[in-house]
Order: sequence, then structure tokens, then C-alpha cells
Amino acid sequence: MSAGLAASYDVAVIGAGPAGLAAATTCANAGCATVLFDEGAMPGGQIYRSIEDTPLRERSVLGESYWRGRTLVESFRASGARYIAGATVWSLTRDREIGVSFDGGSALTYAKRVILCTGALERPFPIPGWTLPGVMTVGAAQTLLKSSGLVASGKTTLAGCGPLLWLLAAQYLRAHAKLEAILDTTARENRAHALPHALPFLFSSYVADGIALMREVKRQVRVISGVTSLRALGDRKVSAVAYRTGGEEKTLEVDNLFLHQGLIPNVNLAMAAGIAHRWDEAQLCWVPELDRDGNSNLEGVAIAGDGAGIAGGEAARWRGVLAGVAAVRAIGGNVASGDEQRARKELARTLRGRGFLDALYRPARNFRIPEGDTIVCRCEEVTAHEISATVALGCPGPNQMKAFLRCGMGPCQGRLCGVTVTELIAAARGVSPREIGYYRLRPPVKPITVAELAALPKSEAAIKAVTRS
Amino acid sequence: MFARLPPEAGDAVTLSIDGKACTARTNDTVAAALLASGLDHCRTTGVSGAPRAPYCMMGVCFDCLVTIDGIGNRQACLVPVREGMRVEVQRGKRELGR
Amino acid sequence: MPDTRRDFDIAVIGGGLVGSAIAWGLARCGKRVGVLDEGDVALRASRGNFALVWVQSKGLGLPPYSAWTMRSANAWREFADALEQQTGISVAFERPGGFNLSLSEREWEARRDLLQRIQDQPGMQRFPFEMFDRERVKQAIPQIGPEVVGASYSRFDGHCNSLRLFRALNVGMQQLGATYLAEHRVEDIEHTGGEFRLTTRSGEVRAAKVVLAAGIDSVRLAPMVGLNVPVRPQRGQLIVTERTAPFLHYPMQTVRQTDEGTIMIGDSQEEVGADPSSTRDVTAVLANRAIRIFPQLATLNIVRSWGCLRVMTKDGFPIYEQSTTCPGAFNASCHSGVTLAAAHALFLAPQIAEGQLSPQDFAPFSARRFDVRALAA
Repeated sequence: MSAGLAASYDVAVIGAGPAGLAAATTCANAGCATVLFDEGAMPGGQIYRSIEDTPLRERSVLGESYWRGRTLVESFRASGARYIAGATVWSLTRDREIGVSFDGGSALTYAKRVILCTGALERPFPIPGWTLPGVMTVGAAQTLLKSSGLVASGKTTLAGCGPLLWLLAAQYLRAHAKLEAILDTTARENRAHALPHALPFLFSSYVADGIALMREVKRQVRVISGVTSLRALGDRKVSAVAYRTGGEEKTLEVDNLFLHQGLIPNVNLAMAAGIAHRWDEAQLCWVPELDRDGNSNLEGVAIAGDGAGIAGGEAARWRGVLAGVAAVRAIGGNVASGDEQRARKELARTLRGRGFLDALYRPARNFRIPEGDTIVCRCEEVTAHEISATVALGCPGPNQMKAFLRCGMGPCQGRLCGVTVTELIAAARGVSPREIGYYRLRPPVKPITVAELAALPKSEAAIKAVTRS
Repeated sequence: MFARLPPEAGDAVTLSIDGKACTARTNDTVAAALLASGLDHCRTTGVSGAPRAPYCMMGVCFDCLVTIDGIGNRQACLVPVREGMRVEVQRGKRELGR
Repeated sequence: MPDTRRDFDIAVIGGGLVGSAIAWGLARCGKRVGVLDEGDVALRASRGNFALVWVQSKGLGLPPYSAWTMRSANAWREFADALEQQTGISVAFERPGGFNLSLSEREWEARRDLLQRIQDQPGMQRFPFEMFDRERVKQAIPQIGPEVVGASYSRFDGHCNSLRLFRALNVGMQQLGATYLAEHRVEDIEHTGGEFRLTTRSGEVRAAKVVLAAGIDSVRLAPMVGLNVPVRPQRGQLIVTERTAPFLHYPMQTVRQTDEGTIMIGDSQEEVGADPSSTRDVTAVLANRAIRIFPQLATLNIVRSWGCLRVMTKDGFPIYEQSTTCPGAFNASCHSGVTLAAAHALFLAPQIAEGQLSPQDFAPFSARRFDVRALAA
């Protein structure tokens, strides 16, 4: 079960996206005993998913922004870091004890330094009907494409805003898949707010990639801009999407509806470990409080990648390097200062222009804060109206909301409802999300079986505390 | 509904979905195989019985839960397909011993 | 501090299960009630409840506690019905009798001896319990594992859906005109001019009477109103599984299935101060014991854990008290907020409304019992 898992490592990296790969490579190359835990079957995380074995060999379909991840994976494979796939880390303590589940069982290990690279997930997009079969995230569509060469083959519509939307659309078009329409929910007023950030954006790498991509897509797909409302319609699966652009509601028939309105950090392991987070009003999500090396308030624990704040795959890589460098030095190892300098320079370069993207693609309020019968907590099927009514009863925040409505008590542990609940309560109470706070998270941050937990070591004190004899 | 992009790469894998044989590809996750097979929904919830299908394909939404080889509530998007695998729609709550 | 002031007949400090039950009871008596609660993040002992309405094994050392518990359990049906009639919320109360399973002969004998000792106490209102052998238990609960040698059974035990109980009390009390005030942690209490002035960071509250139902925080508040509430936090941890098809209909200590289908597995008793964290260590023991009881739980997924702080006195029994130096101030502390909810709402609240706790009912629960012990020591 724990074949080959050492009792401790110098560095444990969690997550095999660009940040995790870069961090682990940096540490292993510097001679640290390094392990990387990957929930997936192969390295790459989400952005470079299946990069070693994608069935889509023709490079132009997925594009260069995907394929440049190849070198990261190759460097990682060559670095000598221990790679454990299919491994879900479900607990991390202040003392850096890691609980990990793989091969059907759970095991514990320690590390002197831990680098969390658990990345991001798609911002919830709570529109009426978003739980209908056939409604998925844009990221899900990309994963199906990358990993399995699957494209939606019926009537397919994309809805939302942000660069990933255009990227998927371009990939679909290059794969000769049909798209009915793109319902662009980019709020018109965002343009004015984005303008102050335009200058750095124009000098960033996003300009060349982004603008060309949009042009490519707009030439071939019907794009409906200024969408202000969305409803997924259907009985037991989605059959249409209704939308408004300010006037009357129109509908489009769909077999698949792919939604996207940006990414947010996947905070569960970090928060359950006790890492302090703050509400970021620009990115409308919770981000960890870190120093410039990614170190958190927990001794020996750093965060790199989109989990540190949404900044894209390139920035994730450089943050991974910096966290790796800091970890190596903390252990007493050596890294050439040139490596650190280069990483800082590259990171600064990749961060240029993020402000513009954040402002331009800031999701509109009504797409973040739903009303009525729209499901907010998918696991427990709690609606926006129920939450608002409970705030009216005096419920002050998300943790009391759990007690009232079971909202947030399901297996996803708030990943798909947390930011919505925070913002909904904030709006209902007329205070900032920062004041409302977030769910208190505890391990296991991913489900493990009773048997797995039962098989772990138990101290005398713990046994006595339970049996009381 | 989903279609495979040509050319076919990787070996075919046969599994059963609710007893019906279906062909997937190596490196597919069970979720991908289900979607490729045209399955409408992979579970009905234990709360209301509403039908659900994969949403995020990255293990965070818990909507792709299915019974695999007799064990319920497995996240289909995190399980690679295997020859002879028996997949069943997860109907409502988990059952003891299953 | 905001320039707001509110006035009530009675201010209840604490919005957990104890405070809410009392407030609902007071509102039913026609009193204007204000419930002062903390914010979203607070210790909240109520969150750690096991949803049991439990009678067996209570009262060793204080027979009146057993009587009080039984009185509450017997009134629970009426209490649940009243809540449902008023709010439309069913709290899923059932009283099929409860089991405490033994995993060895030694445990079984110790359990029998304990329950017998309780019944044999002088002044005890006796009630029957049964010791079942394995076969008898298996008839009621077929899924027990091979290590289960038997159980104690009491037909007086029951359980409910405690989250819905909490919601029903909240909705109910507000429907009856009570005011719920979150973010109103009480910083100071002044007894002056025949009324109580409560200072909170959200404004001042004035009331003719005040009830401390503030859990651990009652320690701090009690001296302000001439009371002594020696309670300490005692941690208990729980783990909870995914929803599972119903198989366990009887309430049990340490493993029970909710009406939602989730299976709750508890519990520990830890003296760790005010630290409500879950620990890998203790939860592993909980999981292990659960599988020994029900082997088929092994493959179920644990979807969350809880750590909670019980409100614990030295002897484990409640403190119900009224202040002599500050007439109109009362305290209610216990660690069985679900079991005693009916009694709090139907028996305690009306006496608080009248302004006088009957010595017959409540003298045994006065905190002065600790002074006596200290003197005797």
C-alpha cells in the first residue's frame, strides 16, 4: 500500500501542474530528497493535462501555449524527484505531516518543506439549470479534448468570459468541431475599468496570443456580446440556453453548454492546514497570504501556482521555481542565484497585463450572486432563495449557514459553492465578503474511506480519549 | 453527445455500463468513456433524485459519481478505464457493502 | 460603538441549542425576547451534538439529573409536535429505543454494572434497562460485526435531526416575536436601576431579565451578574460519512445514522483547552472502532470531520442557577442541548419567565454544589 513511500522527505510537492513540476524539478536538481504527489495519472495538472499521452498529436489543435508545457514535464522526469501518481493528499498539519491516499490505502509522511501547488478550479457559474446533465465547464471540455480526443458533437454553445473561453473555441475550431455560438458575458462597463491597466497589458505576452485567438474565433463562430443573463433549460438534461443582451430573452437549442467565468484558487488543503487567506477584491476570491517566495504563515509550508493567486501557467512555473529555491536554501542546499534572478524577472514579465485581464473579465455581479431557485450548493441542493431567507433570519455567515441549511456540507467541501455563498451573504447583509469570511475547512479535504483512516497509526492518548478506559 | 477525433489513437478497452458493453480507449477516464458512450446522466442524487453528469472533469464537483466494480460513489473522472470494468449509474445514496 | 439601544423583557445570551430552546419557550410565554449571539466564527458547542435524546447511563452521582433527563425525553414528542405545528419544520424525532454496544465481555459487564449502579442510587426514579446478548442485538441490528458481544438497551432513548431542530427553534422563536441578534457578543453586563444593561460591540441592550446560555463564555459573564459558572471546554471529535441507504434505525452512542443517510461516528473526550481542531490521531481511532462495530462501514467515504468543545462541569451535570445579588439573572449550562431542549423550552423557560426557579427542580443543579465539595475536600 505505501510501497516506496518514505517516512520523510526533504521536500514534498503537492500537485503536478506547472508550479509543482517546476518546484519539484528545482528541488530535486539541487539534491533534495523530493516527492511529488499527483492526483492525476500523469504529470501536467490541468493546463498541461495528458501532455505525455494526448491522442491529439497534431500540435496546431491544442496550440503552442499547451505544448510548451512539454519541457516542464521532461525536466521533471529527468530530475530524479520521486513521482507518485493517483495520490490524493487529504491532510496537511502544521507540523507538515501529510496524509495521502493512493493504491487503495492511506499513508503518512513528513517533509521538512512542503510546497502546495494544488492550483485552481473554475469559478462557480450558478445560473438556473447549471446542474443539468450536459452543462459543464470549459475546462471539462478541454480535458475531454486533451485526454481523450473527445469533442462535443451536437449543438454546442460556450457561455461566459475570459481567455480560456476563446482558447477552447479556437481548439475546437482547429479540430473541426462545430460551435453554435459563444455567449459572451463580459460586462460592457468592464472596459472602462480595464483601461487604466491597458498599458502593461499591451506589452505583455497576452496581447499577441490573446488578440489573435479572438480574431480567429470571431471569424468562424457567431459571438453574441453583452450577455446579461443566462438560463440553462431542459428536463433531465440541457436542451436549450436562454439569454438576454438587454432586450427580450432569446433561446438557443443546445446539446452541450460549456460555462466559464475565470478561475479561483483551490483553497481547501491550504485552509484546512491553517494557512491564512484574505479576500482579494480584484480577483473576487480568497488568496493565501504569502511572502515573495511563496512562504505562508505556516513554518516550512509554501504555495506556488494559481493557488497563490490566479496568474496563468507561465507565472505558475516561475512561482514554482522561486518556492523551490527558497525550500532548497531553507534546507541548507545550494541554488545558483542566477536561477532565482531569472525566475523573478520572468515572473514579473508574466504578471504584466494580469491587472488588465482581471479587470476586463471581472464576472458580472448577477453571475456571481444568483437569486431564487438557482442552486448554489450543488451537493446539498440548496438554493439562493433559501440562503437569502436564512440571512434574513439573522444567520451571519457561511459556517452558521451550514448549520441552518447543510449548505457546504457535501463532499466537494464548498469548492463549488463557497465563494458564491460568501458573496451572497455579503450582498444580503450589505457588508464586504472579507467581513463574511469563508467555510472553516478541516481534513480530510478529499473523501477517504473509513478503512483507510482506521488503518493509520493511533497513539495511546488517542485511544484513551475515545475508549475512556 | 461527444465524438472521437480521428485518428483513433490508443488501444480499445471494453467495459460495461449498466450491463451494456461499450468501447473506450486506454487513458480514458471512466467519465470520458461514459460521455463518449452517449450516457445521459451518470447518477441521480441522494438528496432529490435529480440526474447529474460530469461537470468539472477534474475531481472537484463530485457530480460524476458512479459505481465501479461494485463500489459506489467513485469519482469517474479520476479513475482510468480498465478492460472488463463494470460501471453502473449511481442511483441515489451509497449502499452498505457496495 | 453604534448608537443603538434595544430593550427586551428578557435577554438570552447565546444562540446555540440551549439559548434557542429557552428563547422559544420564553417567547411562547409571551415575553419579548432578544437573543444575543456571536458571529459566524465562534466556539459553538451545539455544532458538536450527536442529535441524541438520550436517557440511559445518565445521572450517576446525581439522581435528579436522571429525572430531569427523563422528564425532557418524555416531553420531547410534545415539543417536536409543537415546533412542527408552528413552523412547518419536522425535526424527525423518533424514539425507538437506543443501544450502547459492547465489544468485549468486560465492556458488557462494566456497562451492566454502571447502569445498575445508577438505578440503585438512593432517591433515583428508577426506569428499566435491558442487557441484550449478541443474538438479541443482531435481531434488531443485523449488520453488527463479530466483535459485538451484546448491548445495553433502553426503550426511552431517541434521536432527531438536530440541524432542523436548530432551524425550527430559530424560525419559531422569531415567528413568536423574539429578536435574534448576531454579532452581539456581550462585553459587559451592568445591573442597575432594576434592569440589566448589556454592552456589545453592536450596541447596548437593556432587559429586565438576562439568561446566560453562552456555553464556555458563561465563565466570563457569570461574575458580572453575581453568578459562578465553573465550566471548561472538553473536546469531542466526530467524523461523518457520505449519505448511505438507511440501515441503522436505532439511536446509538458513538455510531448513528441520520435521517439524511449520513453516518455520524464519534466520539472522544479530550482536555485540550479551547482547541476545536480535528486530529488525524483521534479520528483514526474513531474510524477503527466504527468498523469493529459495523464492518461494512469500511468502504464508505468520510466526507468531513468535526471537532467541538463540550461545556463541561467538574461532575458533568448542568448548572441551572438564578442570581441572588442580581435578581433576574439566570444561568443554563449543560452538554446535552438536544436531549434537554424539551425541558429547557417547556419547563425551564416558563420558570424563568415567572422570575423564579423552583428549588425542587433546580436546587440540585446549583453551582453551590461545587463549593460544598470544596469545603468537604
